[in-house]
Amino acid sequence: MSDWNGRRWHDMGGQAAGPVPMEGHDFALWEKRVDALMVVCGKKGLFTVDGLRRALEDMGEDAFERYSYYERWIAAVNQNLIEAGVYSLEELATRMNEIAARGPTYAEAQRNG
Amino acid sequence: MPHDHPDHFHHEGVSPSGHPYRDDNDGPLTYWQRMEIAVRELLIEKGQMTPVEIAAQIEAMDSRSPTNGAAVVARAWANPAFRVRLLENASEASREMGFDIGPLNLIAVQNTAQTHNLIVCTLCSCYPRNLLGLPPDWYKTREYRSRAVCEPRAVLREFGLDLPATTTVRVHDSTADMRYIVLPLRPAGSEGMTEAELAALVTRDSMIGTGLPRQP
Repeated sequence: MSDWNGRRWHDMGGQAAGPVPMEGHDFALWEKRVDALMVVCGKKGLFTVDGLRRALEDMGEDAFERYSYYERWIAAVNQNLIEAGVYSLEELATRMNEIAARGPTYAEAQRNG
Repeated sequence: MPHDHPDHFHHEGVSPSGHPYRDDNDGPLTYWQRMEIAVRELLIEKGQMTPVEIAAQIEAMDSRSPTNGAAVVARAWANPAFRVRLLENASEASREMGFDIGPLNLIAVQNTAQTHNLIVCTLCSCYPRNLLGLPPDWYKTREYRSRAVCEPRAVLREFGLDLPATTTVRVHDSTADMRYIVLPLRPAGSEGMTEAELAALVTRDSMIGTGLPRQP
């Protein structure tokens, strides 16, 4: 017998929790781009919202506590695209290293930035 | 400090233009930002999408705000036939007003003198984004997602809404395929107002159920 109640971590409805944090923020450009990439990938049939959610849920509770919303989203978008064979893990790693060498800020790291 | 900035997210001070520096472009490049740039460039290079398509999607999302939902609510208040159509099929009724609802199955739930509705997505962050724009951060928090379904009255009090015990509270848990919007109760004293004037009374939170419309 297990003490596990059958819930996965993201199924949090009805659990005890503290006061609702009311702070908000305006979305940064890179966050808007992540959102747009997800929507356009969906329109192109590269993967579905269920694919996004599966990757998010498989990340587990630790990722939910440690990373921001769109950080988790870009990780999930990337995972789905690699699984779909759009590009390889090696291509991603190579490109991310190239980007780091372009400059220390998001603006400078754009190809034409 | 010449003046106070209420924004807690900009601690770096104010640029020569008098505006806070933007975190997104001026902060140190993060791992996840590098991943976003890499994924975007690879998608474009592989011919899966164009920069124009990505920019157009950002523009479309930026143009969506609670004023879209407010226009729908105001029309439902002003036009009884539209209200019936909205409650029957909120996706179709919203499209009728020219709003792009996409494949979203949208359901409008009506507040009455006896009943208050509240929406949540306990599993993730599903939200009527085509009518209200992107969800506020609190909508995506563990605290809201966990508690809205088991102690909605306590949650509503945190939003400054203390409902009488005699009011029935209905909580609607959204899914990726089925999203809700609250049709708030038309405020007393709004008789004779135009649709545009009515729309100005409708707040984002009143369409989520964590608030009420403004009083005229």
